[in-house]
Amino acid sequence: MEATVSKTGTEGKTWGGGTQPFNVSYGKMMMWFFILSDALTFSGFIASYGFSRFKFIDAWPIADEVFTHVPFLHGVPAPMYYVAFMTLVLIFSSVTMVLAVDAGHKMQQSKVAWYMFFTIIGGGIFVGSQAWEWATFIKGDYGAVETNGGRILQFLDTEGNRVALADFASPIPTDRVTHERKNGVWHYAEPTTRTTYDIAEVQKGFMANENLLIRTQYLDQDGHPIVLSREASIEKLMNDGKFVVEGANLRHNEYGHPLFADFFFFITGFHGFHVFSGVVINVIIFFNVIIGTYERRKSYEMVEKVGLYWHFVDLVWVFVFTFFYLV
Amino acid sequence: MGHEHKLEIFRGLVKFNSNIQKIWGVFIFLCLVTAVEVVLGIVKPEFLVHGRFLTMKYLNWIFIILTLVKAYYITWDFMHMRDEKTGLRRAVVWTFVFLICYLIAILLVEADYIFEIYKNNFIKFNF
Repeated sequence: MEATVSKTGTEGKTWGGGTQPFNVSYGKMMMWFFILSDALTFSGFIASYGFSRFKFIDAWPIADEVFTHVPFLHGVPAPMYYVAFMTLVLIFSSVTMVLAVDAGHKMQQSKVAWYMFFTIIGGGIFVGSQAWEWATFIKGDYGAVETNGGRILQFLDTEGNRVALADFASPIPTDRVTHERKNGVWHYAEPTTRTTYDIAEVQKGFMANENLLIRTQYLDQDGHPIVLSREASIEKLMNDGKFVVEGANLRHNEYGHPLFADFFFFITGFHGFHVFSGVVINVIIFFNVIIGTYERRKSYEMVEKVGLYWHFVDLVWVFVFTFFYLV
Repeated sequence: MGHEHKLEIFRGLVKFNSNIQKIWGVFIFLCLVTAVEVVLGIVKPEFLVHGRFLTMKYLNWIFIILTLVKAYYITWDFMHMRDEKTGLRRAVVWTFVFLICYLIAILLVEADYIFEIYKNNFIKFNF
């Protein structure tokens, strides 16, 4: 009985089976699809950052007031320069990576090894810079006061320059007594970090310095934060000021909305983790190149696959750079 | 698989002699674009900050378009998407582009609506 059709009439066609329609190996194609899914993850993060930002569009921190530091240049406001440097480092390490791939196609073992080495160094510099950015952001700059409603109040002098809390807060001597168990077991644990000044000291110092004003986190039509008059400033600080914020963490952020800090830590952290894992994978492949694994295999396709991953990391940074630092 | 590279960029306006030359060419182009972004980000020219197209500042349009340009050249030349088969390219790029368009449109419109609610304290329709 010839009931079974053994031919489909599609033999020899691209999608007829038995061929490679995409003309790539399984591994490389799956790397592409992994990158696609990872890209969607990052897009989800960045889009949700956009969501929160649009939700508080008139009260969002201005990035080049937040990231103004460059290592070894203390007190010199230099917005953007350091992050531009980081971007260039990452793009350059992408270049050495693609040169490694190219050398791999030509079966030039030592060239592949050198280019991989430079790529790893670039990745290391980037991750280090990222760590420094985090540390600077966490440590903070001028300090601010948070209100009952969770708004941030920052301090300016009459010329419009930012003033640090340390410059005007007047210390009020207080005795702090350690709570002991014999005085009762009910007590709240101390917060693990205390700010340098408390709200009363800031309020006292603010009243003593006539030339201080308060800047709210709300932006005017031109995108500049609104500065209150002296009377309004005093009223705001005295009635609404709740506690001092220094630096940024997941709950409080002296630069403005805490969500900005949350997304910054989350997205750059997730990206930094990708860079780190990319460096680790690059190191593994680097040693494989050195010991000649791919010479014996007569194919440097593994270098190409990690190269795809590394370029992807660069690609994500291009978007993070735009949406955190530029827009 | 095949190691043949298409050596033309800018729709054939620039043609390189070798793949290595193309890599450096694209690198210089990416550096230039980044430099433009950084300079605009620091200077923030008045007319670009005030002018708006579809409620977004000109400056932000420029940043986003330049970002997409950079993303294109990284994907096409560094990741060699230019040399892949059309099918693979579409499977990866179109999937991404369509989903992102949905995601951004829905999230940003919704966020803007919530912003209006916060601002006016007035619920216009089913919140």
